[in-house]
Amino acid sequence: MMTTENGVSLAARGLTRVYRRGIEEIQALDGVTLQIRRGEFVAFMGPSGSGKTTLVNLLGCLDNPSSGELDLAGRSIFGNGKILGERELTRIRREVFGYIFQNFYLIPTLTVRENVALPLAFYHKPGVEGEVERLLGMLGMEHRMDHLPGQISGGEMQRVAIARALVNRPEILLADEPTGNLDTKRSGEIGEVLQELNKSAGLTIVMVTHNPGLAKLGGRLIEMRDGQAYEN
Amino acid sequence: MISRFQIAYKNLLRKKARTLLTLVGIMLSAWVLVSLLGFNRGYESALNRDIDNMGYQLMVMAKGCPYEAATMMLQGGTGLRYIEQSMVDSIVNRPEVDKVTPILMQAFFDPDKGDGGGIAGYFGVEAATFPAMKPFFRFRQGGWFHDEQALEAVMGFEAAELEQREVGDPILVPEKNVQLKVVGILERTGTQDDGTIFVPLKTLQKISAIDKITTIGIKVKKDADTTKLETSLYQLPDVQVVSFTQVKQTIMKLVATARVMVLSIAIIALLIAMVGVVNTILMSVLERLQEIGILKTMGAMPSDIFFLVWTETLILCSCGGVAGIGLAFVFARLSDILVRRVLPYAPGGELVAIDLKLALLTLAVIVVVGLLSGIYPAWKAGRVRPLESIRGE
Ligand SMILES: Nc1ncnc2c1ncn2[C@@H]1O[C@H](COP(=O)(O)OP(=O)(O)O)[C@@H](O)[C@H]1O
Ligand SMILES: [Mg+2]
Repeated sequence: MMTTENGVSLAARGLTRVYRRGIEEIQALDGVTLQIRRGEFVAFMGPSGSGKTTLVNLLGCLDNPSSGELDLAGRSIFGNGKILGERELTRIRREVFGYIFQNFYLIPTLTVRENVALPLAFYHKPGVEGEVERLLGMLGMEHRMDHLPGQISGGEMQRVAIARALVNRPEILLADEPTGNLDTKRSGEIGEVLQELNKSAGLTIVMVTHNPGLAKLGGRLIEMRDGQAYEN
Repeated sequence: MISRFQIAYKNLLRKKARTLLTLVGIMLSAWVLVSLLGFNRGYESALNRDIDNMGYQLMVMAKGCPYEAATMMLQGGTGLRYIEQSMVDSIVNRPEVDKVTPILMQAFFDPDKGDGGGIAGYFGVEAATFPAMKPFFRFRQGGWFHDEQALEAVMGFEAAELEQREVGDPILVPEKNVQLKVVGILERTGTQDDGTIFVPLKTLQKISAIDKITTIGIKVKKDADTTKLETSLYQLPDVQVVSFTQVKQTIMKLVATARVMVLSIAIIALLIAMVGVVNTILMSVLERLQEIGILKTMGAMPSDIFFLVWTETLILCSCGGVAGIGLAFVFARLSDILVRRVLPYAPGGELVAIDLKLALLTLAVIVVVGLLSGIYPAWKAGRVRPLESIRGE
């Protein structure tokens, strides 16, 4: 089980992240404390450069914080200055998280089906057999399984990327501006897909977006400004 | 559902032209490498074969006698010295000796030969013992003499061509004005025998009014100690012994320089191909940093990425290697002709000898060197952090 008794999945306390560029220091995150419960759909909004990506990367164990603590399902991941290596982070990530991004990063020479199956070549959670077809069917992509990425639309590519992120049945889906490259209509469709995954499958979703319509889909909205998180 | 091998393979298909060019580079260097290694082996065995074709491994002749027929001919026979024919009997019974044949070399001045005359080389040989020394002689026409005193001649391929003789034609021994009948004409052997006219030993002795011989050819028994026999032959009075093993070693020394050159070229070709491999794989890694990062968010370990990229190198090198070695087999004759042009002494037969063992060895060398050159790009790919996939925009 990835939840604690009170249902808290991710707990961040005073997370900071300082980037160093030469002698210049950039305080991208300035002490963020928040909790995300299992099954929540949380949206982050805020101006460009406000630290949304930095925060989501820390929550998703893609990066080590400069200070602060992060618990994942009650287990301490970051804290007390301990730095996790690439291998340990990978182990956590492949158990818990799925990721989608503004760019879809599909491999152009692999078919839709092969792209979705790609994570299984590296890590195979028990019991995910048949998941590729099931997800593609659920996302309305069954007629496109043997197409190459170059033969489908942007909205369809993001659906493929979503299926790929979910093929190992993650607890939490992290989405950093998933509709940033899509028009309004396609964005709406992707939003519906995410909402459906959250409602019916109980998937925890942490999403960064500039699209207010999309942000409203989540039950919870967090505003980012100058590396800090505000919630009303 | 999709294996890592397929992922690696399909990655190579993304930039088809680049992959193809790299493959061609590896293929050419594999071709050069296997051909040159094949030459290195083939040359020595061709030389051995050539020396075996002398028929005998040792020659005994009078001390101070120029042993090369060419020298003998240039000097017009004046430098010739003789040994007693009875010496044959003292040699034939030694334990190391397989066969023995006496030879009388004579050179006559022929005023009709070429511009202002030339030297004609005659070999007096025994019909009973000489043919057994040269079992590889093939007759274009006719055959050996009918008896040891017949007024007959067997002509080497070039000698017959030069004098335009057929079997049955007469031939006049210059200086002596003795007429012989041509009974056999040999096929080309690629050796000095081609320019020689063979006459029965007794006949030539009679014509030249000499009852001695110039040379004794000795065929040593298989696995016998040639060096020991050589030493014991030097006990005979006033003789010198010529060993073809020594001749061979001299030639091999001459060719050694050529072989070192050849190997250097092979190594350079290999290095160039490998620089191509490093370049191709490194470029494809740098182009894919974001994708590699995404693979890592999917749960690929650094070692998974390392082996993925390494597999790409392996595929490139083994495909290019196999193709190049295949080419080398197909064009082995062509390499032969090229190699022959640059050599100081080229024996007959196959110079570039490529067999399965050599092909596999070359392939192994290419794959190993390829994997070594793949280490850096693969290591670099393994170190890509997933963040770069999101930040790279
Ligand atoms: N790798 C980095 N190196 C240096 N500065 C960075 C790096 N990533 C982000 N930053 C800086 O950190 C701040 C927050 O960036 P980011 O989290 O990407 O914001 P957002 O996603 O809200 O646009 C910005 O000022 C950005 O320039
Ligand atoms: Mg961002």
